[in-house]
Amino acid sequence: MSEVYNNVGKSVNKIDSLGLATGEEKFTDDFAIPNADKMLHLAILYSPHPYAKIENIDTSDAEKIAGVVDILHYKNIPQILHTSAGQGYPEPSPYDMFLFDDKMRFIGDRVALVAAENLEIAREAVKKIKVDYKILEPLFDPEHSLDADAPKIHTDDENVIIPTKYEPDKNLAAEVEIKFGDLEKGFADADFIIENDYSIHYANHCAIEPHSAVAYFDERKRLVIITATQVPFHARRITSQLVGIPICNIRVIKPRIGGGFGGKQEILLEPLVALVANRNKRPAKLILSRKEVFISSRTRHQMRTRLKTGVKNDGTITALEMDGLMNAGAYGSHALTVLSNAGSKVLPLFNKIENIRFIGRSVYTNLPIGGAYRGYGATQGYAAFNQHIDIIARKLGIDVLEYIKKWHIREGETSPVFEALGEGKEGTAQIVHSCKLDECIDRGAKSIGWYDIRGKKIRDGSKVRGVGVAVAMQGSGIPRVDMGSAYIKMNEDGSFNLSMGATDIGTGSDTILTQIAAEVLSVPVEKFIVRSSDTDLTPFDVGAYASSTTYVSGNAVRKCAEEIARQIIEVAAKLLDANPKNLTLENSNVVDIQTGKKVSFEKIGYYTFYENDQFQIQAGGSFYGTESPPPFIAQFADVYVDTKTGRVDVLKFVSAVDCGQAINPKLAEGQVEGATVNGINYALWEEYKFDKNGRMTNANFTDYKVLTAADIPELITIIVNSFEETGPFGAKSVAEIGINGPIPAIANAIYDAVGVRLFHSPFTPEKVLKEMEAFASS
Amino acid sequence: MRGKFIINGDTKEFEFEPKIKLLHLLRDNGYTEVKNGCEEGECGACVILLDGKLVNSCQVLAASAIEHKITTVKGIGNLHEPNPIQQAFVDAGAVQCGFCTPGMVLATYSLLQRNPNPDDDEIKQALDGNLCRCTGYLKIIDAVKLSIEYLNR
Ligand code: FES
Ligand code: FES
Repeated sequence: MSEVYNNVGKSVNKIDSLGLATGEEKFTDDFAIPNADKMLHLAILYSPHPYAKIENIDTSDAEKIAGVVDILHYKNIPQILHTSAGQGYPEPSPYDMFLFDDKMRFIGDRVALVAAENLEIAREAVKKIKVDYKILEPLFDPEHSLDADAPKIHTDDENVIIPTKYEPDKNLAAEVEIKFGDLEKGFADADFIIENDYSIHYANHCAIEPHSAVAYFDERKRLVIITATQVPFHARRITSQLVGIPICNIRVIKPRIGGGFGGKQEILLEPLVALVANRNKRPAKLILSRKEVFISSRTRHQMRTRLKTGVKNDGTITALEMDGLMNAGAYGSHALTVLSNAGSKVLPLFNKIENIRFIGRSVYTNLPIGGAYRGYGATQGYAAFNQHIDIIARKLGIDVLEYIKKWHIREGETSPVFEALGEGKEGTAQIVHSCKLDECIDRGAKSIGWYDIRGKKIRDGSKVRGVGVAVAMQGSGIPRVDMGSAYIKMNEDGSFNLSMGATDIGTGSDTILTQIAAEVLSVPVEKFIVRSSDTDLTPFDVGAYASSTTYVSGNAVRKCAEEIARQIIEVAAKLLDANPKNLTLENSNVVDIQTGKKVSFEKIGYYTFYENDQFQIQAGGSFYGTESPPPFIAQFADVYVDTKTGRVDVLKFVSAVDCGQAINPKLAEGQVEGATVNGINYALWEEYKFDKNGRMTNANFTDYKVLTAADIPELITIIVNSFEETGPFGAKSVAEIGINGPIPAIANAIYDAVGVRLFHSPFTPEKVLKEMEAFASS
Repeated sequence: MRGKFIINGDTKEFEFEPKIKLLHLLRDNGYTEVKNGCEEGECGACVILLDGKLVNSCQVLAASAIEHKITTVKGIGNLHEPNPIQQAFVDAGAVQCGFCTPGMVLATYSLLQRNPNPDDDEIKQALDGNLCRCTGYLKIIDAVKLSIEYLNR
């Protein structure tokens, strides 16, 4: 099992952190661009109507403004159906959008784009574009999207490029269904049935760096795009598809990224800067304003989940039916896969349920577009599931912690859901090799003081205290879809160049992947010159999503480093006149364990470059996962509910996570802490507010309510190391899982305190108060 | 218009549009360590020290800063000689994406100038104008405490 490591399991400093703390590292908008004096600045005109057809667009006044260079709209660019979802090819999201369309499907849809000598002129010109709209009847309530008489949002040639259920004539962006066993019999066998609707709401990622992209031509006339993306290779491919420049003539560079959380797994700006640069043979830049990020980029899919369970008095769940209705918004980006994950990441957790049905539908509305967001469907599913389990345990009169421990999946076990439900196709059967959820529950419960608070309704004036729990699993990459690769070469001083496709968006993947390579080669991290995510210079990787980097890219790095180790040993065997079998790597040397003789990497480096049979020690490695080992988490909220105001204050929040062997515990903690605070923020404060036209009315940080340091509760993160045998040095993923628990844990804690069940997030004071009043009068 | 500014100790003269904000003046002239997260005075990514006082540069007219002293995060330390606060952010694991970091570092610098031994509440209040979406703030608060330790050494 776990061995003593030199690099793995150590909290080495993030390799880019000093450069970031001193302001030296560069983000997209920080580069000196060639021919910057020729830079075109872009501004976008957005639809003011939730649903409308453009009857005419008149840009003549805008064109007259000095400094306006180009204006793009549906009439003058090629109409290519595509998806903006930054997924692998063929994308499992419907091809249902054009870069610019004559139909506007939400307030925030793109009408036109102006390129000008400076941003002020571009913005001025945007206001001068005259558009005649024919207003269409909008559709806002996803519960009515499937109604026969509902307005239809997509009625042209929208299609899907993979075999999946897609019926735009019904506003159905995606549908998935799986069934096992006999649901009716299961419900008939139950002693009682519990059925409820739960829902979670629209949210924005709020990465502090807004979406940004710059394009220019290099000295060989190739188009270079520097962009704040989680998916540089997908950005290259989709930009090529939309702009008509061959992939080989596009270079995508991912610099430092100011946070992604899923929001930058979307090809939003790259095709626009590329188009403008290509049409005008000038560099072009587009940086969204904060307001634009809110209204026009992507969001957390709002979802309603109906859970129905049949339960026996001994606690056996005889049947479970999960019916999810996800609001895709105006376009179906990630509509199928987020939906699938609401089932596939949740249902295997209670793998002993024999009779299961999951039916999920993603539907179109005239509201902002859903997309990838940390947690990716699991957040939606677990919000419902964990409240439901709390309700069942209370009804059974048993401790919910004991209940979860009795029924959750364990090491050596599987679930049919793994195989039945994948992302856009069938899933992959797998056995859970590592699961320390019990330990997570025990240590988390101890830390929060579960048995001292639970059910005690401790009062402090008008405030009542309660605790709640939520458990979750996630995955580590998409099995049989995600691929990552790395390349390593050795220099004569015994240092290495590591280049990898993996995309560090602030998570620290450059660092932890280097730790993995350093571990294999038995050298310190400082011996690596690291480069990642440049489509010209690094090998392919699908990018930063699906909690894939540590596991998928990490395994690629490990494999690649192992091949380098083999080559080093081969040379050392010659130099030491030894049997390679007796050689091992130790501290930048190769050591013969029989004789104790050793040769340094430096000696080997010089030898291979300059002495005999010269060659470059170098290798590439790819990894393609056939499993997706889930990390597990138990999260606990200790809250005060003010019975006078309805305000919920989280006093303490504990997350105990099994992420396999944490490659870098401090960075792993940072992932959990960030996800948790985002989750608490989401549970209690942040939300999209819409007016009756579907216009977001709080498109700024303050009104949207992003928490600051002054608002955070006591936070405890417990890393429970397990060992995942298929992971690099036992590692699994950790970046997403922490966001799944706060909503249900807090909802369960509110119930524990005041006996009121909040089925629909966010749990704002007004809503809590209203529910308490309703409860009191009932 | 034209104006002189004393930026990180150097006197610089720029030609600029009268209406522009200090954030843009700085960024357009290569001080890209000053980040733009909202342009609305809400995120603190753009903070600088103006005559030693912490301000959101997106809310200050460039013209109003003529002849004044401006300090960016590069003005308090660099890669070769980092300020102890910068080193503390690194060592505490307080830098994830790092987009908020220049602002957080300067907010810390400003706090510790005013109050070399702040308690937890004072630290949290001092960081209240700076948003971070990556860290959950815990390690940033740790970094401030570590900064105090480093500065007292
Ligand atoms: S950019 Fe100035 S406060 Fe956000
Ligand atoms: S580290 Fe990313 S915003 Fe703070």
